[in-house]
Amino acid sequence: MEADGIHELTAAYALDALDPSDEHDYEEHLRHCPRCREELASLQAAATALAYGVETPEPLPRLRERILAEARAERPNVVPFRRRLIVPSLAAAAAAAAAVAIGLGVWGSSLSGSLDEERSARAAREEVLALFAQEGVSQFPLSGADGTLVVAPGGQAGLVLTGLRAAPEDKTYEVWVIEGGTPKPAGLFQGGGASSAVALTRPVPEGATVAVTLEPAGGAEAPSGEPLVVAPTA
Amino acid sequence: MPKDLAHLSDEALVALVVRSDEVALAELYDRYGRAAYGLAVRILRDEALAEDAVQEAFLAVWRSAGRFLPERAKASTWILTLVHRRAVDLVRREERRRADVLDEDYDVAGGSTEETAWLQFERERVQAALRKLPDQQREALELAYYGGFTQSELAERLGQPLGTIKSRMFTGLSRLRDLLAEAGGEELWKPTESTS
Repeated sequence: MEADGIHELTAAYALDALDPSDEHDYEEHLRHCPRCREELASLQAAATALAYGVETPEPLPRLRERILAEARAERPNVVPFRRRLIVPSLAAAAAAAAAVAIGLGVWGSSLSGSLDEERSARAAREEVLALFAQEGVSQFPLSGADGTLVVAPGGQAGLVLTGLRAAPEDKTYEVWVIEGGTPKPAGLFQGGGASSAVALTRPVPEGATVAVTLEPAGGAEAPSGEPLVVAPTA
Repeated sequence: MPKDLAHLSDEALVALVVRSDEVALAELYDRYGRAAYGLAVRILRDEALAEDAVQEAFLAVWRSAGRFLPERAKASTWILTLVHRRAVDLVRREERRRADVLDEDYDVAGGSTEETAWLQFERERVQAALRKLPDQQREALELAYYGGFTQSELAERLGQPLGTIKSRMFTGLSRLRDLLAEAGGEELWKPTESTS
């Protein structure tokens, strides 16, 4: 097809009205023709205005729920900040964790998590991310799960865990800071998703050990079961 | 409700979606889900199929937000383009539904039909611009965009040479763009320098 003819296809392309054979040719042409790309941008905006030219009945709430549940279920495996900042230590942690199975709860229960939970999870991520930015932080590999423990010089600490299944509905993960054989509660989280970030609620003194157990919802004052994840800082 | 993102631009929300922020996805849905669904119902004439089209489009937003280029298009244009593409793909598979495409009195069951003032204003603005087009150009645009007909299908249906259909579409859409710009189109897009 000659170039002028191709140029005239811009409108049909913007309307999704090209025949399949022309569509391929046009897309190929588009890659090399700045004039068509510019024309397409404005015609596409005009075509999209037609979307507003129709009656707009309100969709049922289930549509929103379906979309969000599906998006949650297929959350990509890589969170950008994690890739940038801690891949080397994750590799080390994975090696250390090699043979330890965690075998937990019901897969997929994170699907019922509310947006509020998602927001607090995001706040935790930001807090842990800020820890990585501090000078002189130390990182320690985990046993029992892939991830890393990060401890700032002042003792503020965060856990990043990858691929940890969500805790069952009536349970929660609980973090412990163990010093001198006494575990003290250091925060709750639900897990699930590609990665979990937990900002510990108490500082981690030098030589202490951080552990994670599964506890009844709401948490416990002392661990009731075996640790699933362990990170010694000694 | 994710009110804390209400102050962000659509483009900023897409940037958050790139980082798998589902609250941002929810906010985009709250802004454009209704327009998306209205469009999909208009094309597909079937609530269940329309829901499928909208769902697939928003999941495409979720998966491919990283490929969105803010300097190329507005986020709302990008989203509604994805919705249109999915709906048209579906209607082409459901051949029989396209016969009654020009019947605009399709009743949608369920859900409120009370529109927001903004959606109502936009609809009237777009319909007013469409009415100013010559009949044959308007017909070509409506059958293509709402009916999902390709150029060659339209040529056959209308008994016209393919070249005639191509030029009706091109002239019609270019004129529509200019008419909407005159009618205060800044809310919908920024006219590019090539608009003359």
